[in-house]
Amino acid sequence: MATISIALAGNPNSGKTTLFNTLTGARQHVGNYPGVTVEKKEGSYTFATGEQATIIDLPGTYSLSAYSMEEVVARDYLVQEKPDVVINITDASNLERNLYLSTQFLELGVPMVIALNMVDVAQDRGISLDAQKLADLLKVPVIPIIARSGKGTAELMAAALELAKENAAWNPLHISYGEDVDLALQTMTERITAAGFMTENYAPRWLALKYLEGDNQIRKKGRAYNPALDAELQEIVTTVSAHLDKTMEAHPEAIIADHRYGYIKSVLRQEVITHKFDVDRLHASDRIDKILTNRFAGPIIMLGVLMGLYKFTFTYSELPVAWFEAFFGWLGTNVETLLPDGHLKSMIISGVIDGMGGVLGFVPMIMFMFFGIAILEDSGYLARVAFMMDRVFRIFGLHGSSVMPYIVSGGIAGGCAVPGVMAARTLRSPRERLATLLTVSFMNCGAKLPVLALLTATFFAENQAQLMFLLTLLAWVVALLAAKFLRLTVLRGDSTPFLMELPPYRFPTFRGLIIHTWERTWQYIKKAGTIILTISILIWAMMTFPGLPASEEDNFTRQHQEILTASPGPAREALKNEASPLPEEALQLKKKLTALDSEQAGRALRHSLAGRIGTAMETVSWLPGFDWRTNIALVGGFAAKEVIIATLGTAYSLGETDPEDTASLSETLARDPHWNPLVAMALIVFVMFYAPCFVTVVCISRESGSWKWGLFAICFNTAFAFSLATLVYQGGKVLGLAG
Amino acid sequence: MSAILLRAMQKDQSGTITAVKVGGELGRRIREMGMVPGTRITIMGRAPLFDPVAIRIMGGTLTLRNNEADHIEVEIANPGENL
Repeated sequence: MATISIALAGNPNSGKTTLFNTLTGARQHVGNYPGVTVEKKEGSYTFATGEQATIIDLPGTYSLSAYSMEEVVARDYLVQEKPDVVINITDASNLERNLYLSTQFLELGVPMVIALNMVDVAQDRGISLDAQKLADLLKVPVIPIIARSGKGTAELMAAALELAKENAAWNPLHISYGEDVDLALQTMTERITAAGFMTENYAPRWLALKYLEGDNQIRKKGRAYNPALDAELQEIVTTVSAHLDKTMEAHPEAIIADHRYGYIKSVLRQEVITHKFDVDRLHASDRIDKILTNRFAGPIIMLGVLMGLYKFTFTYSELPVAWFEAFFGWLGTNVETLLPDGHLKSMIISGVIDGMGGVLGFVPMIMFMFFGIAILEDSGYLARVAFMMDRVFRIFGLHGSSVMPYIVSGGIAGGCAVPGVMAARTLRSPRERLATLLTVSFMNCGAKLPVLALLTATFFAENQAQLMFLLTLLAWVVALLAAKFLRLTVLRGDSTPFLMELPPYRFPTFRGLIIHTWERTWQYIKKAGTIILTISILIWAMMTFPGLPASEEDNFTRQHQEILTASPGPAREALKNEASPLPEEALQLKKKLTALDSEQAGRALRHSLAGRIGTAMETVSWLPGFDWRTNIALVGGFAAKEVIIATLGTAYSLGETDPEDTASLSETLARDPHWNPLVAMALIVFVMFYAPCFVTVVCISRESGSWKWGLFAICFNTAFAFSLATLVYQGGKVLGLAG
Repeated sequence: MSAILLRAMQKDQSGTITAVKVGGELGRRIREMGMVPGTRITIMGRAPLFDPVAIRIMGGTLTLRNNEADHIEVEIANPGENL
């Protein structure tokens, strides 16, 4: 027998992912459904009898309507791919609502097995279920399981295999939706059948039902398939809607939903379910909520948890990050000694190795962040954070869950926008999610901090601490207002319904956490890695080519030679043999040579494409008061914000400047007549808000599913930063602060 | 027995939904989560800033914003009465 295809479907929080992990173990593959950002997970399973199955983990949904991407994806998969069996996993302690989705599978007619998950939890809550009775009433196999421990999964899979082997035709369930709707359904079904209207893919009555429910996806397909019949069907819908509105003040879709629940209630009432306790009884989870969402204690605990997540992500990832850095440093040194001087060496060190280091340097941080968030998500706490924060974030057109990405990105100064952008995955509302994605990069990430620290220390030494704190607040204000602005313009639209479940608190399973973390980290490496490497090499090329003209190169070589010949012989010898400690004379010589090299590097940078761009930009950059050196540094900052300092150092012919040790650069800036506190302030706001580094841009594009948004982030942020910096500089000049 | 909007309900108050007066995406989301006429709900509490509200329904807990709760009418059970 060929490989059996099994689709795993169910509500969010029903334990679907846990079951998927239990069944497939590590044999999983994660991809995306074509054209959308919804994850597609597949795994393989071997039956006790030796048969093979492919298991597809459909996105968790509450319904099969076509409102969200997840619902469309799940429905299209069932209809187009026609899996052999659907395993519908349901939460036994919350069965009534879970059966709403099951009912829709029955209406569609797919061969289905119902897994009653968490029967142990249900039992603790005094709920006893008669699986056999439920199976008889719904006419599908019902198997009680505990996905977490794997109990019952063998029986479940055996039932699925048996059903797959039957290979029966799809058999849609017909529910009565009340006289008016039933009548309309009947007329429409007859016409659909007579015209063969999309019947190769869908059952006629199901199509009629979707027309009555006002399903946009089906209507669009119908209009393209047979416009005449589509109009006819729509007319019937309009008539019955008008009639229902007059007699019952209700739309057909509301009546259909009511009858689905009516059907479920009628099934459950036949001694399928019995409650031992009062249904309002407080469970352990509710008692925890009494503290964790308490008006006073709740926000304080939440602050602690978010700080903890932040600390966990950035403090504990420091060690592995240092390992990566050490490794790439070691690699760089080896290449340095192995390869001859030249462009190839320079490209491999500055382009490839630094680029790879750039990609992989984020890996520990992303892993730790996802692990921390997975704990919060799987335990159910994340939903409580959204619950508590929603009132605040809603003002800015965001969602309560937006708080997490903001914090990780640098809401507490020193985060990183790359894991921040990825943390936005926990948001399910598309517009709110996009607004979050596009504004988290305004936060003061760890790479911007050295730049801000340098400028504040040089020009505002007395108030540095206060100023740094104010800049963190400024980042929050700007990010939230920018989100509001986006939601009123490009991302205009009603807020997505907030309505969501507060799932009971659960202990996350270790295996779930590991799989979750690894999957997402691997996706980052695979997807972002190649692009980041390419851009890294491009930026290197921009800052290297075209090289200095030959005459100037010769000039520098000659000067080098002159310094050497002018120096006393022993000093030359000592330097050549790398004697240690170097004698005084040799030190003097070394200093002179380094100064010359730095001057050459500065000239070369100005001559390169990046330098020319920087110089050309002076035509507009006088507005916020930046000279060509600053411009080049800002161009370099697109690679990574910490590059700003290094590039500024090169442009001032100071040689490579270590972001950790900026004393000489600070002195130079303080002495330079071009610089004053006003220029510094304009640069501070520009650095805070201009284009995110390209790693973030790549991630924004990946997470939003379109390069359009990555490009938008570059343009929108830069335009905004430019305006703000100009406002600061020109406004300050008018007020006479330029002194 | 009196029908009021879900927004007006107090903590720990119970009642039975009598009408959900909204269509579109919000209406569908409300219904698919089980908030249909005839379903019994209890208010579990409100967020620190008094919005959103958390309710117990069909053995699970849901949360929705006050402006979403405005579309839902509930018939309040008298104290002590068990529906």
